[in-house]
Amino acid sequence: MHELSIVASIVDSVTESLAPYPGARVKEVRLRVGALASVVQESLDFCYGIGTEGTALEGSRLVVEVLPVVLHCKPCDRDVNLDGVQSFRCPLCGEPSMDLRQGRELDIDSIEIEDEAEVKA
Amino acid sequence: MTTRIVELRRGILKKNDELAAGLRDRYTTAGVLVLNLVSSPGAGKTAFLERTLKELKAQGARVAALVGDLETDNDARRLASSGAPVRQINTHGICHLDAEMISHHLEGWELADLDYLFIENVGNLVCPSSYDLGEKIRVALLSVTEGEDKPLKYPTMFNSADAAVITKIDIAEPCDFDRVEALKNINEIRPGIRIFETSAKTGAGMDEWLAYLAEERASKNR
Repeated sequence: MHELSIVASIVDSVTESLAPYPGARVKEVRLRVGALASVVQESLDFCYGIGTEGTALEGSRLVVEVLPVVLHCKPCDRDVNLDGVQSFRCPLCGEPSMDLRQGRELDIDSIEIEDEAEVKA
Repeated sequence: MTTRIVELRRGILKKNDELAAGLRDRYTTAGVLVLNLVSSPGAGKTAFLERTLKELKAQGARVAALVGDLETDNDARRLASSGAPVRQINTHGICHLDAEMISHHLEGWELADLDYLFIENVGNLVCPSSYDLGEKIRVALLSVTEGEDKPLKYPTMFNSADAAVITKIDIAEPCDFDRVEALKNINEIRPGIRIFETSAKTGAGMDEWLAYLAEERASKNR
């Protein structure tokens, strides 16, 4: 439900990062979103179209990479991936763990842009 | 025409996270314990908070509250009856509180004059989970009328909570509330979490809750 706020934050961040590339158009925005980030992809896609209108991001593709939750299991002494978010136990030994190593990300990984001039970054 | 990839690798909510980190520093310096209360609409956040404020005031603690709603100042007026300073935050359609709203509404309050600051979030079990308000303790509330599987349906919120409060236990029986199942589900999503079973109406469970608040405040000042 807060996807429109998230899109607004994406637009701000990306627009800011375009400063060294005047006149650049954004072709693609790649996100890394943890399984626990409570972001709904369909809703994000819908809001993305609306929220990017009239900005340098208008018409760009939004690519979302979903990251599974990774727990550190103490008894097994290793990081383990969870299949879902319905139980926070090590799938190998069944021990509960709150030592989360991945799963809450809500990050912009990279953007693909197109610009006319060669710019030294 | 040149196509290039620009690596950003930054949090989408970085601005909120930075503001929240600043608030956390302020709370710590001032020695005030800050709690963020989250639940679905109607879980009884306001009644629970009203009782908590009254009992803390009776103990001589210095308390204040910020309360978030889309519209109306009904909750602020209700909470103000406790005698504690209360401010309403109207989000006008926004489904969560963010660090900027908190920062803005704290203006003019001397945090060092407070022992406890409660933030009652907008009733919503999804969006507020993404927005750090700088709180030390995030409290997820669940009423006996809601169904024991609420934590499984909203894992992000319950997983990110530091304490869970079951409310309205005075009506658990007519609601066929399965206590064991509810406790199991909360623990499945957030292993080891402290759980309080309370009734704002009868006062059940409040002593344990207040003792927990005092412990947390003491550990903060150590």
